[in-house]
Amino acid sequence: MRATGSLWFAVAQRSFRRYSTYRAATLAGIFTNCVFGLIFCFVYIAVWNQNPDAGGYDRTDAITYVWLGQAMIMTVAVWNGGATDDLAARIKSGDVAVDLYRPVNLLGWYLASDLGRALFHLLTRGVAPTVFGAVIFDLRYPASTLTWVQFAVSAVLAVTVSFGVRMLVSASAFWLLDDTGIKNLAAVLAMFFSGLVVPLVLFPGWTRDLASVLPWASYLQVPADIWLGKHVGGDAWMALGFQALWTLVLLAFCHGVLQLANRKVVVQGG
Amino acid sequence: MANARAYLLLARMWIRVSMSYRTSFVVLTIGQFLISGLDFVAIVLMFTNIDALGGFSLTEIAFLYGGSTLCLGLADLILGNIERLGRRIRLGTLDAMMVRPVSVYVQMCADEFALRRLGRITQGGLVFAWAVHALDIDWTAARLAMVPYLLVFGTAIFLAIFTMGAAVQFWTADSSELANAFTYGGSTLAQFPMTIYPTEAIKALTFVIPITFVNWYPSLFILDRSDPLGLPGAVRFGGPVVAALLAAMAAGIWRTGIRHYRSTGS
Repeated sequence: MRATGSLWFAVAQRSFRRYSTYRAATLAGIFTNCVFGLIFCFVYIAVWNQNPDAGGYDRTDAITYVWLGQAMIMTVAVWNGGATDDLAARIKSGDVAVDLYRPVNLLGWYLASDLGRALFHLLTRGVAPTVFGAVIFDLRYPASTLTWVQFAVSAVLAVTVSFGVRMLVSASAFWLLDDTGIKNLAAVLAMFFSGLVVPLVLFPGWTRDLASVLPWASYLQVPADIWLGKHVGGDAWMALGFQALWTLVLLAFCHGVLQLANRKVVVQGG
Repeated sequence: MANARAYLLLARMWIRVSMSYRTSFVVLTIGQFLISGLDFVAIVLMFTNIDALGGFSLTEIAFLYGGSTLCLGLADLILGNIERLGRRIRLGTLDAMMVRPVSVYVQMCADEFALRRLGRITQGGLVFAWAVHALDIDWTAARLAMVPYLLVFGTAIFLAIFTMGAAVQFWTADSSELANAFTYGGSTLAQFPMTIYPTEAIKALTFVIPITFVNWYPSLFILDRSDPLGLPGAVRFGGPVVAALLAAMAAGIWRTGIRHYRSTGS
C-alpha cells in the first residue's frame, strides 16, 4: 500500500512537471482567462444592477463567481483534455495494451496523473486570473479557516468527479475507437451544467433543482457556494458529501467499464 | 486570382475528406451548433431574472448576438485553422508548405478546411433571423443595405484578427490561445451591448482594438439607437476603413513573420 502510494505520488509529480514545460501556452491561457473574466464581470454587473439579488447572489458574489469559474475551467478540464485524453489516444493507437500489462491499477495511474495536471492548472491558470480579478474588483473570500479547508477539499473533489466523467468518455474509445463526437457532447453538457456559462442559481424553477443534483454541479457551483459561504455548518459537509458520492459512483463505474474493456476488447491489429 | 483558385481547390479537397466520414461530420456539425447555441441559451436564462441588459431588450441583444456570431463563424469557416501555424512550426511541416508553388498564407487558410463550422453559422443565422422577425425595425433602404455591410466588414475584421493572432506564432510557437482572447473573446464581447462596459473600455474597443466596428455601430444604425460615446454619426460607417487598416496591419505582420521564420530544429 505504501509503495503504491509513493508510485501514484511520483506519477502526479511528473505529470505536474510535464505541464509546467509549456510556459508560453500557460501565459497565453492566463491572458485569455483574464479577458473572458473581465467580459463576464461586466455582463454580470449589468444583470445584478437590474436584479440585485438574482439567484440569491449579490453583486460581489456574482463577480467572485466569475473568477472562480475562470479558475476552475482548466482545473477541472471542462473542455476535456488532461490525462484522460492521453488514454483515448493510446486506445486509438493500441498502446493501451502496454498500460493493461502494467502491474498497477490503470484507473489509479490516470487519476494520479490527472491530479498532478490539475494542481498545475490550479496554481497557474486558476490563481493568476483570480489575482487579476481581485486587483480590479472587490471579491468575497472564505470567511474562516474552516471554509478555506472545505473549499480546498471541494476543489479536489471537483477534479475527481470531472475525472470520472472524462474517463468514461475516453473509455468509450475502447468500443467506438473515435471518441471525438462523444467528447464534444460531453463538453457541451459540462459547460452548461457546471454553471460556467450561467450560474446554476439563475436557472429557473425545476431546472435549477435538476442541475444541482447532476455530477457537473460539482465542477464549479458547489466549490463556489462553499467559497462564498452559501453553505454553512452542516450544509457545507452535505455539499462535500454530494461531491464525494459522485466521485465514488463515477470511479466505481469507471472501474467496471475498464474491467469490461480488459476482458472484451481485442487490441487493434492483434 | 490564382490564389483564389488554389484556395477553392484545397477547400474542396478537405470537404471531400470530411465527407468520407459522414457520420462523424454530421455529429461534429450538430455539436458546433449546440456549443454555439448554449451561449444564447445562457442569455435567455439571464433574462428570466431581468427585463433588460444595459438598456437593451432580449430581442435587441439577439440581434447583436446574431451579428457577432455570424461574422465570427464566417471568418472561422474561411481561415479558422490558421491558428495551427504554431503546431506546424513545431512539427516542421510548415517547411513543406513553403516549397509548394502556392502562397503559404492560402495554404494555411485552407488547411483542413472544416465545413462543420456551418454549425455555428447556422445557429447565429437563426438567432439573427429571429431577432429581425421579432424586432419592429423600420426597414429603410439604408438600414437594409446595412445588413450585408455588417456581415461583410464584420467578417473582414475578424479575418484580420485571426491572421494577426496566427502570425504572432512565428515568434512564439505555442501561444495559439492568445489569439482566442481576441477572436472568441471579441465575439463574446460584441454579443452584448457596449453600454454594459465602462466608457474607457468602449473607447479602447473603438480606437485600439476596434471590435465595436464589427456589429455595434452598424447595429446602432439599424436599431436606431443612440451612441453612448456620442461620436459623430459618420463613425457608424467606419467599418470599411477599419477593416482595410486591420488587413494592412495583418498583412504586414504576416509578411514580417514569414521573413523572420528560420525553420525549426535549431
